[in-house]
Amino acid sequence: MKVVVGQGSCGIASGAAKTSAAFERLIAERGAGVPVEKTGCIGNCYLEPIVDIRSDDGTLITRYVNVQPDMAAEIVERHIIGGSVVEEYAITAPDEGFLGSQERIVLRNAGIIDPESIDAYLAAGGYKAAEKALGAMTPEDVIAEVKLSGLRGRGGAGFPTWFKWNAARENVSDEKYMVCNADEGDPGAFMDRSVLEGDPHSVLEGMAIGGFVVGARTGVIYVRAEYPLAIHRLSLAIEQARARGYLGENLFGSGFGFDIHIKAGAGAFVCGEETALIASLEGERGMPRLKPPFPAQKGYWKQPTNINNVETFANIPWIISNGGAAFAAIGTEKSCGTKVFALAGKIRKGGLVEIPMGIPLREIIYGVGGGIKNGKAFKAVQMGGPSGGCIPAELIDTPVDYESITKTGAIVGSGGMIVMDETTCMVDMARYFLDFTRNESCGKCNYCRVGTKRMLEILERITAGEGREGDIELLEELAVKIKDGSMCGLGQTAPNPVLTTLRYFRHEFEDHILRKKCTAHSCKALVVYSVTDDCKACGLCRRNCPADAITGAPRVKHEIDREKCVKCGMCETVCKFGAIARD
Amino acid sequence: MNAAPTGSIRPGFAELEPVVARYRDIRGSLITILQKTQEIYGWISEDAIDFIASGTGIPPARIYGVATFYTQFRLKPAGKYMLMLCKGTACHVNSSDEIRAVISSYLGIADGETSPDGLFTLNTVSCLGCCSLAPVMMIQNPDGEETFGSLTRERVQSILGDIIEKERGGAAQ
Repeated sequence: MKVVVGQGSCGIASGAAKTSAAFERLIAERGAGVPVEKTGCIGNCYLEPIVDIRSDDGTLITRYVNVQPDMAAEIVERHIIGGSVVEEYAITAPDEGFLGSQERIVLRNAGIIDPESIDAYLAAGGYKAAEKALGAMTPEDVIAEVKLSGLRGRGGAGFPTWFKWNAARENVSDEKYMVCNADEGDPGAFMDRSVLEGDPHSVLEGMAIGGFVVGARTGVIYVRAEYPLAIHRLSLAIEQARARGYLGENLFGSGFGFDIHIKAGAGAFVCGEETALIASLEGERGMPRLKPPFPAQKGYWKQPTNINNVETFANIPWIISNGGAAFAAIGTEKSCGTKVFALAGKIRKGGLVEIPMGIPLREIIYGVGGGIKNGKAFKAVQMGGPSGGCIPAELIDTPVDYESITKTGAIVGSGGMIVMDETTCMVDMARYFLDFTRNESCGKCNYCRVGTKRMLEILERITAGEGREGDIELLEELAVKIKDGSMCGLGQTAPNPVLTTLRYFRHEFEDHILRKKCTAHSCKALVVYSVTDDCKACGLCRRNCPADAITGAPRVKHEIDREKCVKCGMCETVCKFGAIARD
Repeated sequence: MNAAPTGSIRPGFAELEPVVARYRDIRGSLITILQKTQEIYGWISEDAIDFIASGTGIPPARIYGVATFYTQFRLKPAGKYMLMLCKGTACHVNSSDEIRAVISSYLGIADGETSPDGLFTLNTVSCLGCCSLAPVMMIQNPDGEETFGSLTRERVQSILGDIIEKERGGAAQ
């Protein structure tokens, strides 16, 4: 028997490290002699910290959820020593369904094996695919297999992986590079982080196979500096792989040598764009350049370079081991395999989900995710981050594949799926994304640099209750010009969040502009605050109001003077009884 | 990278010298050097930029250009505790703006500012990738970093209150 505690960043943020320490201490005190191990993200982030009791061979016996350190004593006493399950802390059947409806290829090991142990990865069949590819296949065989699998780049663009590999392979050079883009910049996406934290070797193995195919001896992982745990586990994995001969010279006796090093990014969304990423790798400002030449022709240090996303690489070993046809059998005709999504926002069961391509959004949001938090109404789901768009409730039966999602105006993107309910203002969402892209624009193209700024100003005006007639048309005009006038994907897609919200939620824009109403009661300038009967007359709001707009006395219900109110929301922030209402 | 470092080291950059020496001949290392500089000093000063320039031969203007391009680099000294409040999409829809307002009023600092006692700097960051626990904040201090999820007004105040108490207690000893 062993105790396994999920310790991805989400788990640790929920207190998993403290829970793990409590188990170690208690087990030692009781002399139970049971090892306490760690694993990566299990996926059900909303149940963290998660503690698994597993048999020595790793088979799951019982899963305990939301385990705080003070619950450890009971589990150790009753289960580990006493041998009977502590039912009240164990996962419930509906929560087990969260994992049950998924199909795990990329996340095959995440949440099961110890990500800091190469032995655990090897025991799960790790590096067998690299051995097969390097030992028994030619690069052409591997490309054919990847082509057969139908794997498309998981970073967002959905470009066929085999095609990129083939292009990099055909460009002859002594020096080539295999780059892993782990600069997960989409706000609201954490798929890559979870893969790197939960199963780093799968990415290294995918890169080694890719390096073999294109003829690159050097691999570089460009990873966000905001992901310290991912960097730590990757570094550890690289050291272990080198020590065991899975990285280095003459891999599997093939004569092919491959090594990987890590470059920590410094925070710039535009570096998700390939040419900007390369500039950043070279120590420069991460600004895109015109293509061609494509990175496959002239990339890192002007040498042929292939760049794939973390999730793409993590798929490769599975495809080599199980065959391209097995991968292509999953999903739809044009969108093969599975896709990992980061489900968050106003969802009951947020977390990491991996589903076959082509299943409807409804299945993910209501089936896997358990529907909307706090009994609110589902309004929209945002996919594709700042390059994507909001898909409205009426399109909830849209299948999740590249083509169908693109038709809605959003994109599959890297996998962020942010669920919004009736309290989310869509104009504010458009403003939020424009604020993001305006901030992240590198400034090279005028339309992107100035145009996003102008769009943001208009959206800020609208959400501040100062929208004017003609603003919507102006937004649409700017959107088209920014798309046409920008060189890279950032600018070309920056208007998408505005365009999709205008397409499906135009009435909300009109409400803001013409009626000065935010129906979601979200835009503070348009909200009218009042005190409800829950008021306990504590005076906290009155004392904190910067405009002296609140009157009241001890034991006298407080009131807000609407003329004086500056709508700062301070009363609502400080009220301990939830007695401030918005209209 | 042709100008050799001059014989005299600027005072105060003794820790940075081996970093520059190690990376000056590895092409494309400017971002790494800047990251190490920030690790050592907590921020990147104009003098540090000049020091890196004289050691590597990269013009100070180019170093400044790179340092200002990336959000990670700070050109002003930071507080002992760096409050990195996530403003990712999931945090945004889960009212991270209100959490920011609570922190600002509790500490009397706006986004990007440092408290007068030098204890806290508040920075909103694009996404910490803990979206299921939104709203989220990472606190970095010299001992490491800790991430806090599912923030509420009370929770943020108690987290900050604990730090202040710990620091004051530490000072009294």
